[in-house]
Amino acid sequence: MISAGIDIGSITAKCVILKDNRILGYRIMRVKPDLELTAREVLKDTLEIAGIRREEIDVIIATGYGRNMVNFADKRITEISCHAMGSSFLIPNTGTVIDIGGQDSKVIAVENGKVLDFVMNDKCAAGTGRFIEVIAVALGLKIEEIGDLALRATEKLKISSTCTVFAESEVVSYLSAGEKIENIIAGVCDAIAGRIVSMASRVGIRREVVLTGGVAKNSGVRRAIEEKLGFPVKVPEEPQIVGALGAAVLGMRQV
Amino acid sequence: MRKLNASGKMRELMASYYMLGHQAEFNAWITSGAPVELLYAMDIYPVYPENHGALIGATKLGSHYSEFSEKKGFSRDLCSYARCDIGCVFAGTSPIGGLPKPTFLFACNNICNTVVKWYEVLSRIFKVPLFVLDMPFIRKELKESHLRYVEEQLYDFIDFAEKITGRKLEDSRLKEVVLKSLEGVRLYSECLMTARNKPSPMTCFDAFVNMAPIVCLRGTDHAVSFYREMKEELDERVKKGVSAIENEKIRLLWDNIPVWYRLGWFGKFFEERNACLVADTYTNAWTGFGVLKGDDIISSMAEVYTLSYLNIGLDRTAEVINRLIELYDVDGVVMHSNRSCKPYSFGQYEIQKKLNVPAVIIEADMVDERAFSEAQIVTRLEAFLEML
Repeated sequence: MISAGIDIGSITAKCVILKDNRILGYRIMRVKPDLELTAREVLKDTLEIAGIRREEIDVIIATGYGRNMVNFADKRITEISCHAMGSSFLIPNTGTVIDIGGQDSKVIAVENGKVLDFVMNDKCAAGTGRFIEVIAVALGLKIEEIGDLALRATEKLKISSTCTVFAESEVVSYLSAGEKIENIIAGVCDAIAGRIVSMASRVGIRREVVLTGGVAKNSGVRRAIEEKLGFPVKVPEEPQIVGALGAAVLGMRQV
Repeated sequence: MRKLNASGKMRELMASYYMLGHQAEFNAWITSGAPVELLYAMDIYPVYPENHGALIGATKLGSHYSEFSEKKGFSRDLCSYARCDIGCVFAGTSPIGGLPKPTFLFACNNICNTVVKWYEVLSRIFKVPLFVLDMPFIRKELKESHLRYVEEQLYDFIDFAEKITGRKLEDSRLKEVVLKSLEGVRLYSECLMTARNKPSPMTCFDAFVNMAPIVCLRGTDHAVSFYREMKEELDERVKKGVSAIENEKIRLLWDNIPVWYRLGWFGKFFEERNACLVADTYTNAWTGFGVLKGDDIISSMAEVYTLSYLNIGLDRTAEVINRLIELYDVDGVVMHSNRSCKPYSFGQYEIQKKLNVPAVIIEADMVDERAFSEAQIVTRLEAFLEML
């Protein structure tokens, strides 16, 4: 039994191929304007990595905000159900999933892989991956550098704006005031963590708390979230593929 | 979705309602939660800017008319009914050629406080008198002092209207109108209640489309005969086992004012997923306007209109929703966080926790289509249905 999960997000596309609960291969790539083509490409690449042929796949599940553009999928399931399932697959006692993606951030209350409740940000990029990208550009940094720099901060500067665009100008004014980059970044990570933890409080925080999505790779945001929660969170080895993995797991159970 | 014949009749009825407004000797612009019976009893034609706003939303011209007020400096954060209504005045027209110029204005703040400032603006534009019926907000219990305060204002209003029109309010005529109002509300409630059947013969979209008569024509024969006929049609559906949607598997309750420019879209979305929105808190709010306790009409009126759905505390609101959840036996609640309607949307996250079934919150606006983000709403609703 082989199942493929394809997660078309706002910034990246992810694909996971699963054979009898074992990951054969996965791939993460940048989304292209043609989402259908992106889905085909990410699947093709993953097939190569997994070393199998397209015909060997029994079921394909699409998820993510571009799921409805994946016409060749057998079924489409929202990223909320998929993240809940993917997290529970990797960390069986998952109680809460905090997923910070490119465009969405969401908190999902989970029990045995099933969604109990969820809450998402709305119509605003604050607290999402895009927010960090914008700030990275303003600081002339690569996105990968942000997390480690934040850990070297000596103080956290306050980013008071809840809007990405205004926060960017706040960052620029800190720069011109001669503030240290790492302290500014620590402030940015803290602002994101603050937003997501208050969102999490709405659905209720139950351990284990699993951090997924691209932003989970950012050690600065992770630490800021842990500080606010008061306990450590779990981060899967590759947090960005959890949605696609959940789709593949749900695919296994469909057939 | 199977369309109701009633909807066609409703369109004809409302077209003539709007037309006749232009011929009336006296007309008053009135808010949706005000005691319209007083106007009908004095043959003062009631004109509803809110209904007009809904109509503009349904014709997908919300942002078009809003921009007329936005250009004059009204904030985009202001209620879109208000923006459209004032916008139409500036534009000098609307999808129905504009509303007739008012003789006076009658605003009751039992639905929100925006109406006070909105009607003050209208009063300045048209240079006509405004009466504000100020309702105390009933956080917990309704007190005698609250009722006295409202009752006195109702008598003041009668004096106000009598002075402007030179007409007297006759007790017998008021009683006649109130009895018709009661009968209309009773039949209207019975229509909504047919949705208790499984499968339901109607959806909340049918309720939204057909609510105009209970709002605008409450207290007239038109509302009574319209809902009597609609009830017969719904009973017939129940008898024949005709359901509103093809395959009703999940039953849901809608909270807040509808997204007028997306009624069809929502209807299709839920039907395709075998979910039926059988009832809603909005149209159910008018089922409460038909109680006459004892002989004193004015005192009953004070009580009924003070306790309007949006004039009570969060605990009571949650109680009302839980009653509807039980009555209509729904599996979940879809809550529209309406950018326009602050009193309706405020507290939804708190109310959500007090409900006996799961709820999902989506953000949009009742009339301003610029506040609607389809992909985000689809994801929330689909995830909610997967969860159920």
